Amino acid sequence: MAVAGEMSGVRRGDAPATPRVSSEWVVTSGVVTFVAWLTLIPLGFLVWQSFMTPQTAARAQQFTLANYIEAYTSPETFSLFVNSVQFASGTAVFALVLGTLLAWMSERTNTPFKSVFYATSIIPLVVPGILFVVSWIMLASPKIGLFNLILRNLFDTDYTFFDVYSMSGMIVVDGLHYAPIAFLLMTAAFRSMDPSLEESALMSGASTLQIAWRITLRLAWPAVAASFLILFIRSIESFEVPALLGLPVGIQVFTSSIYDAIHRYPSNVGLASAYALTLLVITSGGIWFQARIGSQGNKYSTVTGKGFRPRVIDLGRWRYVTAAIFLLYALFAIAMPFFILVWSSLQRFYSVPSWAALKNVTLRSYQSIISYPNVSGAVWNSMVLSLSSATLVMLLTAVLAWIVLRTRIRGRWMLDNMASLPMVMPGLVLGLAIMICYLTVGGGIYGTIWILLIAYVTRFLPYGMRYNTTSMLQIHKELEESAAMSGASWLQSFWHIVLPLLKPGLLAGWIYVVVVSVRELSSSILLYSPGSEVVSVIIWELWQNGQYVELSAFGVMLIATLFVFTLVAQAIGRRYGIKET
Amino acid sequence: MLSVKALFTEYQTPKGPPVKAAQDVTFEVPKGKFFTLLGPSGCGKTTTLRSIAGLERPVSGDIEVNGNLVYSSSRGIFVPPNRRNFGMVFQSYAIWPHMTVFANAAFPLEVRKNRPNKQQIKDKVMSVLHAVGLDHLAEREATKLSGGQQQRLALARALVMEPELLLLDEPLSNLDAKLRDKMRFELKRIQRDLGITTIYVTHDQGEALALSHEIAVMNEGRVVQIGPPRAIYERPKTKFVADFIGTTNFIDGDVRGFDETAKRWRVDTPLGQILVESDGTLKLGGKASISIRPEDVELQEAPLSGSPTDNHLSGVVDQRIFLGDFVDLEVKVGNYLLRSRAHPSLRTPIGEKINVRMNPEKCLAIEDDGGLKEVA
Repeated sequence: MAVAGEMSGVRRGDAPATPRVSSEWVVTSGVVTFVAWLTLIPLGFLVWQSFMTPQTAARAQQFTLANYIEAYTSPETFSLFVNSVQFASGTAVFALVLGTLLAWMSERTNTPFKSVFYATSIIPLVVPGILFVVSWIMLASPKIGLFNLILRNLFDTDYTFFDVYSMSGMIVVDGLHYAPIAFLLMTAAFRSMDPSLEESALMSGASTLQIAWRITLRLAWPAVAASFLILFIRSIESFEVPALLGLPVGIQVFTSSIYDAIHRYPSNVGLASAYALTLLVITSGGIWFQARIGSQGNKYSTVTGKGFRPRVIDLGRWRYVTAAIFLLYALFAIAMPFFILVWSSLQRFYSVPSWAALKNVTLRSYQSIISYPNVSGAVWNSMVLSLSSATLVMLLTAVLAWIVLRTRIRGRWMLDNMASLPMVMPGLVLGLAIMICYLTVGGGIYGTIWILLIAYVTRFLPYGMRYNTTSMLQIHKELEESAAMSGASWLQSFWHIVLPLLKPGLLAGWIYVVVVSVRELSSSILLYSPGSEVVSVIIWELWQNGQYVELSAFGVMLIATLFVFTLVAQAIGRRYGIKET
Repeated sequence: MLSVKALFTEYQTPKGPPVKAAQDVTFEVPKGKFFTLLGPSGCGKTTTLRSIAGLERPVSGDIEVNGNLVYSSSRGIFVPPNRRNFGMVFQSYAIWPHMTVFANAAFPLEVRKNRPNKQQIKDKVMSVLHAVGLDHLAEREATKLSGGQQQRLALARALVMEPELLLLDEPLSNLDAKLRDKMRFELKRIQRDLGITTIYVTHDQGEALALSHEIAVMNEGRVVQIGPPRAIYERPKTKFVADFIGTTNFIDGDVRGFDETAKRWRVDTPLGQILVESDGTLKLGGKASISIRPEDVELQEAPLSGSPTDNHLSGVVDQRIFLGDFVDLEVKVGNYLLRSRAHPSLRTPIGEKINVRMNPEKCLAIEDDGGLKEVA
């Protein structure tokens, strides 16, 4: 098994090593090498490839600047850049405004049912992006979109009310999908705010709106800016929306162009690499800004008091308006997309919901998807990959976080940066880099499921790092020191003291990585080969083949499984003291 | 000025029954007085203050300021906190970190409906900053202030609106000991100079005694005793009050009768029979709980002249702790260990006999309400 294989690097330290080499040193250097191999080597290959001509049977690769010349002199590139920035900033603003409003309503007002809302708000995060996009095509495409058909019937016209195949359509769909991220980030920001800062404004005579605008939002400003950048990066890397909604009408962004360059014939990996590096520069800039804002955030931390429960603002009659906003969001982001998928899965061929079509309800698509070739294999692959990558990521980053936070090893900041590097690498870019790396180096990994495991572990390293760093910071150093004073070796104290104390964070991170691994499409799409498909790739193929009802059936089962998994995992987690976040 | 009548405030917890934070709280504060709500954590003092502020909505009762009801359950009145015009200083100071010192203090004027013009705002803010000694820092970012300065800025912000009532929620608890002493004087001076009616919440008995005109001691949501500092300290009504404010000796005994010559009750205690002061709650043959402060337990080596109207006992020094300006002793009288605070000139070694005098006026028979629950 993968886990055992990778763990051997750690276990080696357990054996009574030569007296001069401590287990701590062996584990540390092993981990550093491993992380460098995961993150730096593929990046190096990506840069190298972008300066090379394509390799063919007749001609060897040679150095060239042609990729960059092609990428930067073509008139399309400018529109590519404009489209990408427009799409990403539009999505980020939309998601942020929506998420901040929802977070404020849920944290600071007496809107009815807000606790229910908080619980349901994470559901869109569990739904794979590609399914969300497909369901929105069924809802709002000009021809078959449910919304358009209803409104056309209602007003008796041929007018197209919603066109999901447009820049604004892309922004709305991606923005709705990312709004929960903004919601969670801003909820955390509001919660960490000293409530007396708002109460003192209230005592000063300020009205609800004055407080929201002049105090709450200004204080949350660092969080707003950081959230904007996170959302911007997320959407400039997002692949599903541009590929499914943008490509058919020729709205190209970087991610879809990378995919295009590889999948055209003959494929142009060099050009894709040049695009990928450009994208990498943009995301790195975003992350750099975000880090700067984060370091300025300390300025805003003040003396905190005894933390009275935050006062809930009585909105009076306006609370029905805010409740309606909650309801509308839940309708558009959760209920309608899921409804249309369920509906579609019950049809023989896709048809718009109607009384006539209701008579044709059948479970045939569920039967046919189960017997569909590759499906069972893909489900098995996804399961193995997500469980093993989550386990591997969490254990590896536990050691990494320990090294970064607890040791005085020189250059440990570099390790932190190395582990966070995949954060700036969009899934497609990472997939491309890994593809080039193992096509060139070989080793028989390309074309197997192992390359997907490597991609997942690399991609989700930053998440694991974040979960483990947060919980490691809460463990007092003296707990370990007293283990050492009791005579425990480094490995013993790590195994018996640090890991058990990290358990809540480890488990929460593990659940998260499992879910995102199952959803992963943009790296997998470049790295899978026959026999190593995963579920998201199957959905992609079904979409390309036009098998909408089978896709819907598969999607419904997948969402249900992920949802149940999350609930069960959280219920188990609660018994181990994971706080609901 | 401020009148709180039969105030009940509860709040919901995520799990379990609602917490009864304030129970039948009633008190009056005359204009210009400094009134303190004193009690251990969780006694309901902050909830009472927040109910006056309007930050909590009480379940029932009346709150009236200057003849205007700001809350009345029977008449369905609840004036929102931003319409009450009360200044409040929070425990965390709640200084807005995104504003300068000046902007923090000017905020209450800027959000006002009939907003004064720029020059008026500037004059007012600068004069109040001057009063708290921060005028030279007006343009500084608020987060660059020290703890004591932030505290004074919070006070300035509360005063700039010329509030009808100043509410202070443990404003000194985040300061270090030296600064706390200094701010205590400053607070008292500003309050006296402005003559502003002030409600102060604290768990620090020293602060309460030093600052207040009147103190309400609270326990488990209820007001146990209201009175001037001296009365609270010298004549505590219950075991809780005696225990929470200062240290005291508790002695249990049986009431034997009333001594007509001394005009005091005679009580049999582990120390022997003593004469005690009582408000008249004692009954012949009943139980009595007696409190006497260590500084009222007088010790001397020389023999005492016997007097039938005084309490004269003799004991053995069991323990002594030298604390510089005084000595704390434990004296074994009968089988009871009596605490005493004496002048450091008393040098009686451990194990030696000593004479004890306790003025009957200081031996108070008090109500036994269970006393102060030890917090682990």
